[in-house]
This record gives sequence, C-alpha cells and structure tokens, in this order.
Amino acid sequence: MNNPLYQKHIISIPDFSRQELELIVDTAQSIKQQPRPELLKNKVVASCFFEASTRTRLSFETAVQRLGGSVIGFADGGNTSLGKKGETLVDSVKVISSYSDAFFMRHPQEGAARLASEFSSVPVINGGDGSNQHPTQTLLDLFTIYETQGSLEGLKVAFVGDLKYGRTVHSLTQALSLFGCEFYFIAPKALAMPDYIIEELNAREIKYNLHDSIEEVVDELDILYMTRVQKERFDETEYQHMKSSFILRADMLKQVKENLKILHPLPRVDEITTDVDTTPYAYYFEQAENGVYARQALLALVMTNEFGAQ
Amino acid sequence: MKKKLQVEAIAHGTVIDHVPAGQGIKILKFFQLSAAQERITVGLNLPSGEQQQKDLIKVENTVFDENQANQLALFAPNATINLIEDFEVVRKFHVSTPEQVKGVFACPNSNCISHNEPIDSNFYVRHQQQDIKLKCHYCEKTFDRGLFSELD
Ligand SMILES: [Zn+2]
Repeated sequence: MNNPLYQKHIISIPDFSRQELELIVDTAQSIKQQPRPELLKNKVVASCFFEASTRTRLSFETAVQRLGGSVIGFADGGNTSLGKKGETLVDSVKVISSYSDAFFMRHPQEGAARLASEFSSVPVINGGDGSNQHPTQTLLDLFTIYETQGSLEGLKVAFVGDLKYGRTVHSLTQALSLFGCEFYFIAPKALAMPDYIIEELNAREIKYNLHDSIEEVVDELDILYMTRVQKERFDETEYQHMKSSFILRADMLKQVKENLKILHPLPRVDEITTDVDTTPYAYYFEQAENGVYARQALLALVMTNEFGAQ
Repeated sequence: MKKKLQVEAIAHGTVIDHVPAGQGIKILKFFQLSAAQERITVGLNLPSGEQQQKDLIKVENTVFDENQANQLALFAPNATINLIEDFEVVRKFHVSTPEQVKGVFACPNSNCISHNEPIDSNFYVRHQQQDIKLKCHYCEKTFDRGLFSELD
C-alpha cells in the first residue's frame, strides 16, 4: 500500500503533483460510490474555525461524520478564548493537535495553515487562510469536473466574473494547467486575472484566451465556471453596466456542447439567473454536495492508509 | 595603495566593497549593523573604476559568514566581502543570491500570519527574467525586491 498523502498536510494547491491530485479525485469517486461509514471509527477530528464560515464548516463536519469519526471544535474563533486571550496560533495548534487525530482550520490571516502544519503533530487541512488558499474548494471542483467529463485532460474551461480576487479561480487554474486544459478568462478589466497567474501560464506555454462576454465563447466550452462579482467593488452605474456582460441566462445556452457543465462555488447572487437551474448544464448544487465527498477523500487519505496508488 | 586609504583601514573585521552608490545606507539599516555597538566606517559615493561610484562599509570586529553575506546580494549583487585580520585580507569572496532569506525582512503583507507569531519570516528567492522576486513561505505572496529596499 502506497499512499503518498498519508499523515501529510493539505495546505496549498501548488504543493500537489498531478498524481496526488488524481489520487484525491479517485478517492472521492470511490467514497461517493461506496460509502465508508466506519473508516474513522474512534478517531477525533478537530474543526477549528478562527473565522466563521458556515458552509465550509458544515461540509467538513458532515464529511467526518459520514466516515464515522467524531468532531470537536469551535465555529468562530473570535468568540472563544483562543482568539480573545491573545494566545499565539502556534500555542493553540500544539494543544489542538494533542487532542485530535487531524484537524481542519479556517483562519482570517494568510499563511496560518502553513504555520499550523509546522507545529502540529497531526495532519492539518486548510479550510481557507485569509485571501490565500482554499484547497478543498479546488479539490471538490476538480472532482466535479472529472465526474462530469470523465477526465481532466485537455478540457476547455472558462472562468467568469471576479478573477482578480477569486482565490478559487486562481488555484483551479493552477491545478487544471497540470492536465493540459485550455482557459478562457471572461472578466471586467478591473477584475482581470492577476499577472502572476498569467505569467505562470505563459512560462509553461499553456493556452488561454481573454474575452469580454460569455456569449463569445460559450458554445466551445466543456466547463463554465461562474463566480460572483462583488457589488462593493464598483459604483452603481458601473456595476449595472458591467453585470449584464457577466450574467448567465438560459437563453445563452441554445448552441452549447452537450457535455457542458456550469459550476459556481456558491453562494450565488444574481450572476446565474434561476432559469439556468433547470437546464441539463447546471451542476452547482451537485458541486456543493461533492464538497462532502472531496473532504471525505482528504480525511481518508491523510488519516488512513486504505486508499492509494497500487 | 591609494584606494585602500579612501577609508581608514581596520585591524579586524569585514569590509563590504562594491556596493552600488546609494545602497550603503540601506544595508546599514537592514542589517542593523549600527545596533551592534561596533565601530562602523562608511564610505559613500567613492570613486570606482568600472562602476563610477560605489559605497563601502567597514565593520570592525565582526566577521560575516557566507550566509549573512549572501543576504546582501539582494541590495548589492556585485558586492565583494573582505575578511580582515591584522590589517590583512584573509579571505575575499563575491556575494551570491541566496535561495532563501530567513529572519531578515518583515513580510510586506500586513495580514500575513508571520507578523504575530514566534517565528522567523521566510522568503524564497525567485529569478524572473532580469529581476529578483521574493515569495513569502507563509502567505505565498510574491514581492518585488524593490518593495523591501523601500521599507524603513
Ligand atoms: Zn507573508
């Protein structure tokens, strides 16, 4: 049995090789098809939210329970002694890791999960560190893409909306670029993909295209990944003008490829009109459900040696 | 012989030579050389053959190891380090850019966890075309070298 992720930390997408990403996706698929309700029996997983994030926390905690483990933890570190008494994260981590067999954490500061992993005696899973990484979102996205397309290889993937601040978009681009995908970036100028991602793509000679509207490219796509454009970043007229180019409506989907799937990390506001929900292309609610399988896969891989490349 | 007399000779210590003019003060500040209580002699805008002008720093009774010296490469890529004993140069070497810079600069990202915790800052040095960039080990953000030399 050879599982390269056993007792490892899950901190940042660029840490993973293509083979490791494939292992996670395969494991998620396997657990979705064949649940493992006893895999983490008698194990304790700590759920440490130094900053509140209800969706992520529910998904993680469900994943632990579905594998038969038990959960300890806190939902909002700001209101616990951990945040308030001025204890360093390093000290908190030493204590938490002595109580649990693994823990996942969300923290408002960038780098918190990496730091925690250096002081923890058990595996750490990053559930979001400030504006930096949110690897479990990326892994559930990868799993969902694999599930709907049967492969991650050479897909045509468009990202729409806020590509500047959307950390999930950055990590997913990095991950998919290991599989030879071609990208379409559709964003207002003020929210364009940051230079460092573009430079990485250039350096690795990965194909990408920049567009101003969804309609220009939607017919060619395998995956259309929508994100929310935050109103706060614009004044009202700008926002009204811009939002029409980056909103997806059912009538735009008349000529699309049969295998097209539309993803969105949720919560959605108005960037996908509700008439899209009933088309065969909408897959964002299944994607949210897949978050539980992807997180189960991570827990299974870092906490047990049951899964692995043969 | 004339050149050596530009700045008073030292008995024992380190001479950092071929620092680009203007960088000398930054180096003093960054490496907190003045905090060490040792006598430091600084020459600014000295004439230099190829470079036209250069800065030069002499730190008495302090011997730089290669690792410390290499941190200088971010400010002065062509600097040479002369280790002096009894007024003689016993070793001379060029700095080379380090792969990692630990515990020298604070992360420019104010929301980086490295500011609040009992740990050293840690950056990976990346060469991008002609430029050098530093990537924080913790927050994973990449910064231009210039950003560090602008800091107080
Ligand atoms: Zn940092």
